[in-house]
Amino acid sequence: MRMKRRDFLKLSAAGAAGLTLVSVGAHGWAAQNRSGATQRLVVVFLRGAVDGLNVVVPYGDAAYYEMRPTIAIARPGTEGGALGLDGHFGLHPALSPLMPMWKEHSLAFIHASGSPDETRSHFDAQDYMESGTPGIKSTVDGWMNRLLAELPGPRRSTDAVNFGPVMPRILSGKIDVASVASGRAAGKPMVLDRPVVEAAFDSMYAGTDNLSRAYREGQTARKQIMTDLKQEMMAADNGAPSPAGFPDDTARLADLIRKDANVELAFFGLGGWDTHVNQGSAKGQLANHLTQLAEGLAALRTGLGDSWRDTVVIVMSEFGRTAHENGNGGTDHGHGNVMWVMGGPIAGGKVYGRWPGLDEEELHEGRDLAVTTDFRSTIAAILVDHMGLGAASIARVFPDAPLDGTNVKGLASA
Amino acid sequence: MIAAELALHAADRIGLGPAPGDVEHIRSLGYEEFIERQLRPDDIPQFAGLARRLAALSTWQMTTSELFREYAPQAHKIAEGKPSPAERMVLRKQMQHVAREAAVARMAQAVGSPAQLQEAMTDFWFNHFNVFARKGLDLVWVGAYEREAIRPYVFGRFETLLRATAKHPAMLFYLDNWLNTAPESAGARGRFEGINENYAREVMELHTLGVDGGYTQADVVALAHLLTGWGFTPGREAAREARLQGRDPRSSLGGFIFDPDRHDPSAQMLLGQSFDAGDADDGEAALTMLANHPATARHIAMKLCQYFVADKPDPALVTALSKTFLDTGGDTAAVLRTLFLSQSFRKQTNFGTKFKTPYRFVVSAARASGAEVTNMRPLLATLIQLGQPLYGCQTPNGYAATEEAWLSPDALLKRINFAVALGAGRLPLTSADETLDDDAPKTAPTGKTTPLDSDIIIAARGGVLAAKTRDAIATAPAPLKAGLVLGSPDFMRC
Repeated sequence: MRMKRRDFLKLSAAGAAGLTLVSVGAHGWAAQNRSGATQRLVVVFLRGAVDGLNVVVPYGDAAYYEMRPTIAIARPGTEGGALGLDGHFGLHPALSPLMPMWKEHSLAFIHASGSPDETRSHFDAQDYMESGTPGIKSTVDGWMNRLLAELPGPRRSTDAVNFGPVMPRILSGKIDVASVASGRAAGKPMVLDRPVVEAAFDSMYAGTDNLSRAYREGQTARKQIMTDLKQEMMAADNGAPSPAGFPDDTARLADLIRKDANVELAFFGLGGWDTHVNQGSAKGQLANHLTQLAEGLAALRTGLGDSWRDTVVIVMSEFGRTAHENGNGGTDHGHGNVMWVMGGPIAGGKVYGRWPGLDEEELHEGRDLAVTTDFRSTIAAILVDHMGLGAASIARVFPDAPLDGTNVKGLASA
Repeated sequence: MIAAELALHAADRIGLGPAPGDVEHIRSLGYEEFIERQLRPDDIPQFAGLARRLAALSTWQMTTSELFREYAPQAHKIAEGKPSPAERMVLRKQMQHVAREAAVARMAQAVGSPAQLQEAMTDFWFNHFNVFARKGLDLVWVGAYEREAIRPYVFGRFETLLRATAKHPAMLFYLDNWLNTAPESAGARGRFEGINENYAREVMELHTLGVDGGYTQADVVALAHLLTGWGFTPGREAAREARLQGRDPRSSLGGFIFDPDRHDPSAQMLLGQSFDAGDADDGEAALTMLANHPATARHIAMKLCQYFVADKPDPALVTALSKTFLDTGGDTAAVLRTLFLSQSFRKQTNFGTKFKTPYRFVVSAARASGAEVTNMRPLLATLIQLGQPLYGCQTPNGYAATEEAWLSPDALLKRINFAVALGAGRLPLTSADETLDDDAPKTAPTGKTTPLDSDIIIAARGGVLAAKTRDAIATAPAPLKAGLVLGSPDFMRC
């Protein structure tokens, strides 16, 4: 409790002292106008709280190995060891597909990131990270929807795309968002794809009323998406059915972006990170999930080709897990975590943030990695420098946020 | 006989949509008589099939205390992360089973009960006093909450309803008031370490006064202090205490309790009024004041108008409802009478103008089909797809009732998809219930399906249908006709 308040004050004080993003904002805005290309943001939310200390491993902290006798990732250079990043941190070996991005400096991490709210409830913490207003439950919309409202240009039906059957909190709000079914369901035709059905509904929804307009917009978006994905669908239908998974979905997104210049925002929610029991180390439960995730991200990188230059991907999770492993070879709900950012505009090859260390007195409530960078400060920096948002827009996306760009200075560029 | 259009309006808005025969029934009954009967649900004979259906649910009759006794130890085990993954899955499944039975019961009543206004008001008040089933123990409590704190009071005095929700463990837990403790009080320890403003804020902003109801942050803090010590019996310790006092240790587990050790007895100023009972009466008196406040009357009037009449209701109607509320001490039945008998509600230009929420859309389609729905899974799954999962609203403000909230291109296509599948007879609504059986194979679409009869659905609407819709149906192939009615603009609105 005390730790959290102190951090919060620190952030607020820094904001008040002028370390805000305003000055960078003007700069970023100009840069975006000059380049003119569509700037994209993809958010991957790891639901269930991924164990960040085993993702970007602080192998330079002796305490790490004391706290995690059976699940720690070994030092680089040993069998199943971490992939060395900067002499202090290493990457989980299952994430090796990401190393090319690290080496080309388009992948960065912000360690000890998270929400100023200290809840350890998945429900509350996800809700706060998606609404972008930690501690305030009554916010009705998600920050990505508010972001959509701030993006310039005419609105098109595929500006924002959600992967999955249910519109998540982060994208809900006033502006319409398209959705693509994820996994195997993606190729499933809708009844409206049958000409006779389409003709009948077209005739009923031919007016100028709200319903007719929504209907036509929905049809346009769906056709656009289906045309873009057609080739891939056919390949998937003809070949052996591959396990529905993240790599397939990101390949689909890449395809969609390459063919539809409109897509500005995309969102994936991935579950399965709540590793209370037997989470494993270099191999095991967490490693398996990370492999899928890394392959998906690498597929996106490959699939995007030149568009990678204009795309930023953020990987985030509602909170981190306990610094100590528990009695079941797992970890429990904690606080600080690591945030991943990648893409052409990212000044990568670097672990950002202020590392508080794992010493007892530095841990949040004596048990969890502390939060030294508010997740909103990182996202705001990206929105300013990459998406070209001004200060007023940022204030609408993250109202009343104690933003402080100090820990992520130079993270993104236009 | 009243006009078919008015009878359809009544069935569509006052209820959740007409089943075959409803419109004729209302036409012969008369509009006023229909309303009076709907306001006395206990006199409406229930269908035997529905009663049997509910009785067959194993946890449907269990009280909050019984559910707590049964499931709290499991919830605790899961939270501690002790059990093996296999055990965890079994424990969670058992808890989920309770929530699924609650969902089945709700849908069975919404679709099958002839007391349709009671169902509409259950939807309305549950949303108004929303709790989220996926927060901890609320998974097993959500059904009991609806049975114990919402359904008995849907037509009663608002104050009674407010009090019932305020004291229900599902609400105490959802908005954290069970943790709300006077700092440095005798009972302050562990997680009960201090003031938690969550419920105090939401009860004023959402449940009573409304966001513009004229309260300040100081009022939130004062109300939080007045409500300290409210909670539910936490388990072992309380049981030991009860045993020492010679009471049945299991009788009160998981029930409401006022703990004087955690209460702040000091006087508080709330909305300019002093509260200084120093005991449980502090919170009780505060709720009484809030329930009968003019801002509350206006807030409830506005929400009822938005739910039943229009997204932007006539201010004069809101004022009229608000006046009835204050004149009758918050008598919901009286307020509804004012609403349904008003010209704003009854006038023809109001017919078919309100975009249905996903809940109304799905329930009304199932009702119009005339099928005796035994398998709720397709309906519940559709609600998830349409963004309104039953008991799944995370935020305390509940689901909105407006077109702005629900009309989106993506959602409209999904509605049409559902309508065509339902119309073609491809949804296994009358097969054995799949909701409650995890191991049930997802009903494979059998090759042979029987499309619904579009004439029956049109007749259920009293024949009221736009010319454009009629034309589309006339030229469509037979298996598509019913889907066209259910997916038509006419059916999207009520």
